[in-house]
Amino acid sequence: MVHFTAEEKAVITSLWGKVNVEETGAEVLGRLLVVYPWTQRFFDNFGNLSSASAIMGNPKVKDHGKKVLTSLGEAIKNMDDLKGTFAHLSELHCDRLHVDPENFKLLGNELVIVLAKYFGKEFTPQVQAAWQKMVAGVAIALAHKYH
Amino acid sequence: KVLSAAHKNNINNIKAAWKATGGHAGERGAEALERMFLSFPTTKTYFPHFDMSHGSAQIKTHGKKVADALSNAVNHLDDMPTALSALSDLHAHKLRVDPVNFKLLSHCLLVTLASHHSAEFTPVVHTSLDKFFAAVSTVLTSKYR
Repeated sequence: MVHFTAEEKAVITSLWGKVNVEETGAEVLGRLLVVYPWTQRFFDNFGNLSSASAIMGNPKVKDHGKKVLTSLGEAIKNMDDLKGTFAHLSELHCDRLHVDPENFKLLGNELVIVLAKYFGKEFTPQVQAAWQKMVAGVAIALAHKYH
Repeated sequence: KVLSAAHKNNINNIKAAWKATGGHAGERGAEALERMFLSFPTTKTYFPHFDMSHGSAQIKTHGKKVADALSNAVNHLDDMPTALSALSDLHAHKLRVDPVNFKLLSHCLLVTLASHHSAEFTPVVHTSLDKFFAAVSTVLTSKYR
């Protein structure tokens, strides 16, 4: 189980407070689909994903990105029990969505990169380290119910 | 050829931006290393002799080494195996860094560039850089066995 120090929790919560969930979610999911095109395999019904600009402007991508980050926001309120928080979503991703957990790592790293882009110098190596722990914890929690 | 013309174009854009920051490539390399050591502590096992504190002279020197090698690779996109041959030998026979670690450093290089060059770091440039770092990693591990 991932354990967060009080300082790490403070760092994560404080940065999250400044994040525009809708904008960031769109950016993160969009970049996942652009940088790793094979991830588009899960989104056949999303319409036009034929180019980077089509992907970044796609309303379904934006919408889904917001959904994903909103869920992450809930997890940030429950950092001591990520596995419990994501139990249902883990089952869903395995049994219904059939998503390889490797993708959770890819998305997590895209989030870190987008946060670096938005926050610049404020996204120090220490802040990044706390967030890498966070996204690793989320990836583990989402994979926990896989069978 | 591992990198398409489109990707090479985008890398040339970032190369220009990298150069335009007035020779800060070495600092970016050092910052990427610092980020990697903090976020992925297992990577420190390859540098047991390093002073890991912020501003460490060893990290600065090594960051410049990494940045110079990447600059060389950017200048030889059509010919990376030849340009990086000596480094490839070094990693295969002497350093023997487990391949998983190249992804970790590549990620931290992307984070560093995103934080310092946010305007240039568009999704397409991001993709090209990701591919470039992956290609460099492939070349550096190509003689492992």
